[in-house]
Amino acid sequence: MTSYLLRGVSVLGAAPADLLIRDGVISSGAPEDAEIIDADGLVALPGLVDLHTHLREPGREDAETVETGSRAAALGGYTAVFAMANTSPVADTAGVVEQVWRLGREAGLVDVQPIGAVTVGLAGKQLAELGAMATSAAGVRIFSDDGHCVADPRLMRRALEYVKAFDGIIAQHAEEPRLTEGAQMHEGEVSTRLGLTGWPAVAEEAIIARDVLLAEHVGSRLHVCHVSTAGSVEVLRQAKARGVRVTAEVTPHHLLLTDELAASYDPVYKVNPPLRTASDVHALREALIEGVIDIVATDHAPHAVEDKECEWAYARPGMVGLETALPVVLSVLGERWELIAERMSRTPARIAGLTGHGTDLKVGQPANLTLVDPSARRVVDPAELASRSRNTPYAGTTLPGRIVATFLRGEPTVLDGKAVK
Amino acid sequence: MIKHLRSAADLDAATATLILDTAGEMAALAGREVKKLPTLRGRTVVNLFYEDSTRTRISFEAAAKRLSADVINFSAKGSSVSKGESLKDTALTLQAMGADAVVIRHPASGAPHRLAQWVDGSVVNAGDGTHEHPTQALLDAYTMRSRLGRLDGLKVAIVGDVLHSRVARSNVLLLTTLGAEITVVGPPTLIPLDLAAALSPATKVSYDLDSVLPDMDVVMMLRVQTERMQDSYFPSAREYSRRYGLDIARMRKLPEHAIVMHPGPMNRGMEITPEVADSSRSTIVEQVANGVSARMAVLYLLLGGKA
Repeated sequence: MTSYLLRGVSVLGAAPADLLIRDGVISSGAPEDAEIIDADGLVALPGLVDLHTHLREPGREDAETVETGSRAAALGGYTAVFAMANTSPVADTAGVVEQVWRLGREAGLVDVQPIGAVTVGLAGKQLAELGAMATSAAGVRIFSDDGHCVADPRLMRRALEYVKAFDGIIAQHAEEPRLTEGAQMHEGEVSTRLGLTGWPAVAEEAIIARDVLLAEHVGSRLHVCHVSTAGSVEVLRQAKARGVRVTAEVTPHHLLLTDELAASYDPVYKVNPPLRTASDVHALREALIEGVIDIVATDHAPHAVEDKECEWAYARPGMVGLETALPVVLSVLGERWELIAERMSRTPARIAGLTGHGTDLKVGQPANLTLVDPSARRVVDPAELASRSRNTPYAGTTLPGRIVATFLRGEPTVLDGKAVK
Repeated sequence: MIKHLRSAADLDAATATLILDTAGEMAALAGREVKKLPTLRGRTVVNLFYEDSTRTRISFEAAAKRLSADVINFSAKGSSVSKGESLKDTALTLQAMGADAVVIRHPASGAPHRLAQWVDGSVVNAGDGTHEHPTQALLDAYTMRSRLGRLDGLKVAIVGDVLHSRVARSNVLLLTTLGAEITVVGPPTLIPLDLAAALSPATKVSYDLDSVLPDMDVVMMLRVQTERMQDSYFPSAREYSRRYGLDIARMRKLPEHAIVMHPGPMNRGMEITPEVADSSRSTIVEQVANGVSARMAVLYLLLGGKA
């Protein structure tokens, strides 16, 4: 194993120092024969952890594969990603989650941790074999029907209870389906003007309110995916104040973009939950800083060209995000490295029970880390993305920060801003 | 002149007035024995219709033909579209054929905006989903101006399913631009929550048709689809008619000079009774005739004709 000496690196913005990586861990001692990486002006963060990624394999390999998604993740500074279950076939059995997990190992660019479906076929009727997925080689701990809400309250209660046996967690896509039939974008002034069916904020807030009460009642852990409204933040704030074991994520795009972008009718801005208003964006930023929202998760959702190059109503919802997440968060939060490490690495690893990630860059700890050049600026060019899909809402946008290198257990997955394989 | 007509919001007061004035000149032509102008000779207008709409398609076709344009009718049924061709591929095909203008009717809101990104010619929105139908608003404004002599200060009630109505959206935008005062009326379930903020801050909302009628110069009844009943927007067709339908008794509440409009096709007995639809106050047949003139004006001006 090669050793690496990161010369003059600033760990989380601290004074520059050398950091030695040997045998997969942060090491001390003499840096003999170590390969030297000039890290002058670079900031080291613990490798980012994404609790919400769509890798599309198996089923839509034309949009993304575990390998291409892993490469995009590494280039975005991630060392672990959690792959959502809405593949084809659905990741609702031990067989499928093990397949995804194995593909992740073969790609070897990030740790790919499969998320299991809560219900068979994401149909919301019957629990999937959660225990079998938990005890599989993939060791699934997070379960989600993401893309669909577990809308049946009794089924949601059972799921929350059942996974207690193996310290699992249910990640809910909070969307009351009866309130969002045919919904195309945030319900408000813009949807009225554009004649697009509205997705009311209350459809998210009502499910979160119900689920925190259910989680409280049965004493289970609940994780809320992609929180998008100011009202949801208030529901979460109250639940947390009461001691409910709830955590929540926000996506980079909900921290930056608003529903006004739909006025172009370009479906690159179509996403679920939809882009909301400027006041929602403000509330989400505050909540993330405060900790009412625990983490940033990308909801990286690659789509083939034909699924976006069409009428708004016929387009699939979703945006790619792995390669732009950290730059977007930097543009929103500024260079608050401690906070960024907390929201994008440590806390997501803790929620998932993922050991070896989100640990401090101290001697003896696994060398999962990423190096960022905060002074660099980059104009996002969809053609340059490593993801197989091009549906980024940031085309032509200048974002701060460049991911220079990423290390997974001491081995570089990205060097000089390029994936090593 | 603007290049596309995708939304009534594309029109400022001067442009809208120019279109209405031009429509007046076109209407004068309709009284002549030879109803044709050579203006668009050699130009190609494509009618790209993804929804059945005989009256709008025929209206555009007549308009283009009276201007001597070559007209190609492209209907989604029995075409490559029913074989799954995308809007973009269809657009590129039309582009290759050299369409100078594409008139599009489409069930998806915003389809004309997408189309305009893929073709070089002018795009005219002939109704997109629940978004807009700007030429309907132009012909309605033209009809009002012909009947009542002005638009500025005119009090107009738009009654019915505003939520799903592209006619309502375009009319609110255009008529406000031209100085009319709009009140939308309907059950609260069929009026968007943010209507005034979304379209025009001066727009008034009422849930009570009877109280609105005595002040109006124009009442425009919108088509209400009975399917909305199944979706609990209102309890029954009977209750809808009773609360928001225009019958003779209600019509009598209007001032003497007020007119009754409907974009068609009507549900006689639902939002409007036959007695009202066929009364002398009704402009429904006139609207159809004015539709050709208004669309002639739009094609003429978008394709570079001088007024």
